[in-house]
Amino acid sequence: MKKNNINHLRELESESIFILREVASQFENPVMLFSGGKDSIIMFHLARKAFYPAKVPFALMHIDTGHNFEETIKFRDDLAKKYGVEMIVKYVQDSIDEGKAVEESGVGASRNSIQTITLLDGLEELKVDCAMGGGRRDEEKARAKERFFSHRDEFGQWDPKNQRPELWNLFNGKKKPGEHFRVFPISNWTEMDVWQYILMENIDIPSLYFTHKRKVFKRDGSWLAHAPYMQLKDSEELVEMDVRCRTIGDITCTGVTLSKADKLEDIVEEIATTRVTERGGRADDKRSEAAMEDRKKEGYF
Amino acid sequence: MTDTNTTGGYLDMQLMRFTTAGSVDDGKSTLIGRLLYDSKSIFEDQMEAIELTSKRKGEKHVNLALLTDGLRAEREQGITIDVAYRYFATPKRKFIIADTPGHIQYTRNMVTGASTANLAIILIDARNGVIEQTLRHAYIASLLQIPHIVVCINKMDLVDYDEDTYNKIKNQFMEFAPKLDVKDIRFVPISALKGDNVVDRSTVMDWFKGSTLMHILENIYISGDQNYIDPRFPVQYVVRPQSDEYHDYRGYAGRIDGGIFNVGDPVKIFPSGFESKIKSIDTLNESLKSAFAPQSVTMTLEDDIDISRGDMIVKTNNLPESSQDITAMISWFHEKPLRLNGKYFLKHTTSDLRCMVKEISFKMDINTLERNFDDKEVKMNDIARIKIRTTKPIFYDSYRRNRYTGSFILIEEGTNETVGAGMIV
Repeated sequence: MKKNNINHLRELESESIFILREVASQFENPVMLFSGGKDSIIMFHLARKAFYPAKVPFALMHIDTGHNFEETIKFRDDLAKKYGVEMIVKYVQDSIDEGKAVEESGVGASRNSIQTITLLDGLEELKVDCAMGGGRRDEEKARAKERFFSHRDEFGQWDPKNQRPELWNLFNGKKKPGEHFRVFPISNWTEMDVWQYILMENIDIPSLYFTHKRKVFKRDGSWLAHAPYMQLKDSEELVEMDVRCRTIGDITCTGVTLSKADKLEDIVEEIATTRVTERGGRADDKRSEAAMEDRKKEGYF
Repeated sequence: MTDTNTTGGYLDMQLMRFTTAGSVDDGKSTLIGRLLYDSKSIFEDQMEAIELTSKRKGEKHVNLALLTDGLRAEREQGITIDVAYRYFATPKRKFIIADTPGHIQYTRNMVTGASTANLAIILIDARNGVIEQTLRHAYIASLLQIPHIVVCINKMDLVDYDEDTYNKIKNQFMEFAPKLDVKDIRFVPISALKGDNVVDRSTVMDWFKGSTLMHILENIYISGDQNYIDPRFPVQYVVRPQSDEYHDYRGYAGRIDGGIFNVGDPVKIFPSGFESKIKSIDTLNESLKSAFAPQSVTMTLEDDIDISRGDMIVKTNNLPESSQDITAMISWFHEKPLRLNGKYFLKHTTSDLRCMVKEISFKMDINTLERNFDDKEVKMNDIARIKIRTTKPIFYDSYRRNRYTGSFILIEEGTNETVGAGMIV
């Protein structure tokens, strides 16, 4: 790069750091939602940069469906310990036990959508006025319409047709009591940007992103990882394959890709040549054309 | 996306933001679809999904607009409601498209998309030539000081790829170009549907010797769009670690809005007027000797001065304007008209204050580019020149000089909604 020029990753980094500092300045009690996936990992990495040499001035929050990859949970706990950051964990199981959420049953049952209940309860209980998420606009078409600072009414709902315009680098986080904001610091990053950045900055990520042997089965064209609480249809059969995760979420709805990529360079190469979107393997988005929009309106991540 | 992304070439990629404006049926969605498709940024599952939807709706061709219309209401009504952001990359650049709807009532979305853009694509239907909306789009691009405009004369396939038609439209546009404040205007005859001159050079318009749209997007010089002359650093956040290791550390965090700052530079702080020198410029990775717009950094100063969010650090030899009385062009966003003598919250750089509207000087007729001194009711989507008085002085540059220190937004006190965007004259 020539003098006084920064590359696209540094420019995206600078933009995200600006957003993170705006959050710390404009809100009293923000939290950063942390799933253990790559997007929340780089969001936390950016937060460390934004406040260096001070510690990140807010807690992380994980909504635990109880249906996780073990590695994710270990990674989460190790990260909190390493950087001395508070990790708040809210359990979907608690919402079910308290009768606030009703678990889906049958084949394809997932706790993904009832996470919203646990999330909104958690935000209310802790009086959180801003929850940062690692959502990216390139992930899904409803997300493409999302603001950096996304206003939520007192019920936690999103009104996509009545969003505040965002101009220059002026972000309006003003709100009434009981309302909150969702803020998406990495809105403008694509999947490729995220991987290039992980490579450039050499950021630690869970081993699930690299190739490993796993028992999987095929459903609706996607490979799903097997877990004891997942029901198989008669036609489905478990096989062991070399796979890696392209996204990490609740195990019941996160597809895995057949891959032998065992280092970051290979992953970047694989992403560059892949012809399917990363959420293409997510059963939760396939439920209908507007599945994401509907979940987001209710208060989903 | 090609293998250049993997070999370290990605470290030399530049970020470019552009906006697309066009009237309904000018083929804007088709053009975006074409750019995404030809740069291999559309994935198979996305393509399958829109093929399925197009078929279900009984449409003959795959409707690429479905890729960009993300909301249910948009797909149902076949219109674009809100700014949508799209991304694609080539080995040279990563692009962010702010795709803004072209309807008459959506000036606010166009202004929003334009506020951060390096370049604007304005689409003209070759069959219709320059129409009222073309003028409006060009004016907004000029008002928002988008440095580069590319006028794409689309649907050339429907006018037999005729050179005269292209020249006629180009001349029509150039007739009112002197009224605009844009330095760089280029023209490309295209067919978004057939792909002529979008990514690949047209084989049927050999009379056109200029660059294809993609060639312009990839190569146009944008490094000079940033202000590297006037050093401006609005303090966003004060970093105080209060740890043993950094006991007395007091860092001023922010994003540089203009110019270059070096360690050792003499600086002045507004509003206090105190002077000091830059002691260090810190980031997690390394301490820097110098930093420039648009980097986010943390600075420390030689002297212990009381500085907080909303203050501005500048170099002593290059000071911003300072005043409580501001003249600005305002783009109005809200159904409730602008209130003369009304009070609003005002956000300018990192400072929050209040202001009162003292005068509405004139409204801009954006269809004729004439000033209207009679009708002064500023309604949604109107653009006007106003005078405001702020509760305390702000430190600014004219918007033409710096888009970031020269802009502000107005917020309605009762509803907290963003109601207007201002560009300081």
